[in-house]
Amino acid sequence: MASADELRELLRTEGAAIAANTQGFNDGRNQSVAKLDDYEALKREARATKEDAIEHLPELLSELTATVEENGGTVYVADDSEDANDYICDVVDDRAAERAVKSKSMTSEEIEVNDALEADGVDVVETDLGEWVLQVADEAPSHIVVPAIHKSREGIADLFNTTFDPDEPLETAEELTMFAREKLGEKIVDAEVGITGANFLTADTGTLALVTSEGNARKTIAATDTHVAVAGVEKIVPSVSDLAPFIELIGRSATGQDITSYVSLLTPPVATPVVDFTNDETPLSEFENDRDFHLVLIDNGRLEMREDDHLRETLYCIRCSACSNSCANFQSVGGHGFGGETYSGGIATGWEAGIEGLDTAAEFNDLCTGCSRCVNACPVGIDIPWINTVVRDRINREKAQPADWLVDGLLPDEEDEGAPLQKRFFGNFETVAKLASKTAPLSNWVAGTPLSRWAMQSLLNVDSRRDLPSFKRETFVDWFANRESTVTDPDRRAVVYPDLYTNHVQVNRGKATVNVLEALGVDVVVPPVASSGRAPLSQGMVATATDHAERVAATLDSHLEAGRDVVVIEPSDHAMFQREYEKLLNETAFASLAEHSYEVMEYIYGLLDNGADTAAIPVGDGRELAYHSHCQQRTLSLEAHTVAVLEELGYDVVTSDVECCGMAGSFGYKSDYYEVSMDVGERLQTQLQEIDVQDRQVVASGTSCLEQIDTLLERQPRHPVELLTE
Amino acid sequence: MSQSRSRFETSLDELGVSITVSTETSLPADIDDVITTPAVGVALGEALGLDANPLTETAVAVDPTPAALRQATTGVTAATLAVADYGSLVLTMDDRASELVSLFVDEHVILLRERDLMSGLEATVDAVERRVTESSESAIIATGPSATADMGELILGAHGPKEVHLIVIEEGA
Repeated sequence: MASADELRELLRTEGAAIAANTQGFNDGRNQSVAKLDDYEALKREARATKEDAIEHLPELLSELTATVEENGGTVYVADDSEDANDYICDVVDDRAAERAVKSKSMTSEEIEVNDALEADGVDVVETDLGEWVLQVADEAPSHIVVPAIHKSREGIADLFNTTFDPDEPLETAEELTMFAREKLGEKIVDAEVGITGANFLTADTGTLALVTSEGNARKTIAATDTHVAVAGVEKIVPSVSDLAPFIELIGRSATGQDITSYVSLLTPPVATPVVDFTNDETPLSEFENDRDFHLVLIDNGRLEMREDDHLRETLYCIRCSACSNSCANFQSVGGHGFGGETYSGGIATGWEAGIEGLDTAAEFNDLCTGCSRCVNACPVGIDIPWINTVVRDRINREKAQPADWLVDGLLPDEEDEGAPLQKRFFGNFETVAKLASKTAPLSNWVAGTPLSRWAMQSLLNVDSRRDLPSFKRETFVDWFANRESTVTDPDRRAVVYPDLYTNHVQVNRGKATVNVLEALGVDVVVPPVASSGRAPLSQGMVATATDHAERVAATLDSHLEAGRDVVVIEPSDHAMFQREYEKLLNETAFASLAEHSYEVMEYIYGLLDNGADTAAIPVGDGRELAYHSHCQQRTLSLEAHTVAVLEELGYDVVTSDVECCGMAGSFGYKSDYYEVSMDVGERLQTQLQEIDVQDRQVVASGTSCLEQIDTLLERQPRHPVELLTE
Repeated sequence: MSQSRSRFETSLDELGVSITVSTETSLPADIDDVITTPAVGVALGEALGLDANPLTETAVAVDPTPAALRQATTGVTAATLAVADYGSLVLTMDDRASELVSLFVDEHVILLRERDLMSGLEATVDAVERRVTESSESAIIATGPSATADMGELILGAHGPKEVHLIVIEEGA
């Protein structure tokens, strides 16, 4: 795992360049996809093509092999990196090549073909400008699409000036680019072998699609007589016409370009003559086209991933980097922190677990907080948080610690085989909260003592710089049990779900919810219900989360049967009901709960929309608010409902647009991630302190967000529903 | 002007690709206006469905040697199709070395028949697929000049052309 020190160092050295670039790409993606007539339909089409292609991969692989060989090329399917490199080195050796020029390819990074060729004495030159900068600097990519994203212009200028000592020192981006163009241009025309990747391969025609912007991949192929294309086996789709949605989505999803400069659709052997660039006698068209083509398809664990029900989706990935750019933690630390041997960002957990193994995935997997902001950004709809959760569960089980017996009797989870102590503490937060409420305020006082904080820090790595939640002696459920309903002739009937935090900590927002709903004519009950399982799920404790889900569904089922709606205050729990329970419950139980549960402000929106009488609700009267929605709430497209309700009631609302507050449940409490959490939080802080926002009352929907904002600002934030009862 | 055509021109404008509207008869003069010498090109008659290669009456050296290509500033080739929605031009990879002439120059001048303008990408990809299936063709969907953001800001002319100029040949005029 990247240590707290390493993450702190990354924040300091690379954080600024990474934040600026990733946020720029993320904004660009949002703007670019908004121009499409039907973005969602394109995504569905792309997803369906990938699902189908991976299902039929063995057949497509045979078809592609036959087609390429019929066209005159050679196909080699390599079991692993060594196998691939041996083959490529043989090809280069047979050609007696002194130099191989390469265009950008993550798969070639994965197999580390450069090292293998260089060991054979071959001069390997990266021609993508970003990759070349890293080759000169001897650094690893920090981003799967824009590999030198962590380097600033000044840093590159220093590097070039020191390494190459040009006559005039280089300074501007233009000068740096033209210098590299010149330098690499000479190397390309002298090379014998060109190595490229492939974004897609089509089985029926043997066509290779390359999505690029610089033109180096085109030159790499056109200027050499031996073309080696390296690609994972998962890149195959049936036919050229399947490529259209991917071409429309990939540039937008990556850097926010509607389309990249060059989409090459090559069906080798390409007809371009192989020329000697020094020849000044023979016209171009009189040179022969005697170019060799080798397609090296890499398995390296992919065919096993295909058999794995949870990792399979990873193979749909088109490596666009939208999951990296939309990830708040990635925006802070980049791929050197949030990445493995080759891949980075949220989907890297799937790739690295499948290709390298759990140990590599374990090094960075905890940086995924499950905030789900990547889910809608992914052009092929991969449930990236779920892959991270499953891999975390596997890591927990593989790395069971000797001290676990200590808590096995104490914590009522289902994780007999594993999960480290810190994860089990946060995963069993319901037990902690129940005990703390029973003994409050004593528990709050004890928890806050220096001795206790020291113990929490050293045993559980709960950061002592964080304020701890203050537990209420009277829970939300207890409060409700001791009062009478004010509704006699209800328009609707609902269960208000007493989530863990509303029940034990933020009891006021529960009370406000009941009062508002009753004022709008809803008959409300607040039964004791198990916590949703969000806490154990986020620690990768899937069995425990499933147990919670089953208990929640069983309790709520009778209420659903009785025609009650389920109203959920905590967005992360609402997201459990809407998204994650699909993985944890049977289809009927999931569908019934998902269909009838609503986020509280979404529910109020619906009541108002259906003509509920708002006479008893205080009006906003132009009061100015700044609203920070919750990450998972936004993924469910439920930010707008809160804003609409507040505006309808007469409030003046501005909204934040950062991807996450940085707290993300337990993440911000963990000592290893405290600085990352605060760095992410600073972006929200900056927005909330802008000149026309700094005096506004802050409202936020999520418990974590409220706690983080409370830390970041002098102003005390509130849940929006609390405004509706004053 | 058709809707596709005006969308196409807007797209090209956003990409910084300048446009000259031409006809079969005025083509040689228009080409000479646009190029910067030394200029090289490929035989274009057949590709554009014209009786003769329009470049023979211009200052463009047709089918140059590799050494002459490397000295050239401008390369002139044809696009087989274009995409109005994106301002994309579909280039071919043929034995006349269109790919080399398009790529190893600072300025790329592209000739397009107006009738080859498609509306959207999907139909264009389908049309490319037909050619791939029939004759194993290769194509480049090229959109604007070559570009990079790897050196700290967006710069045009990374490895390929820094400037792209389009000449649209209108029908029957």
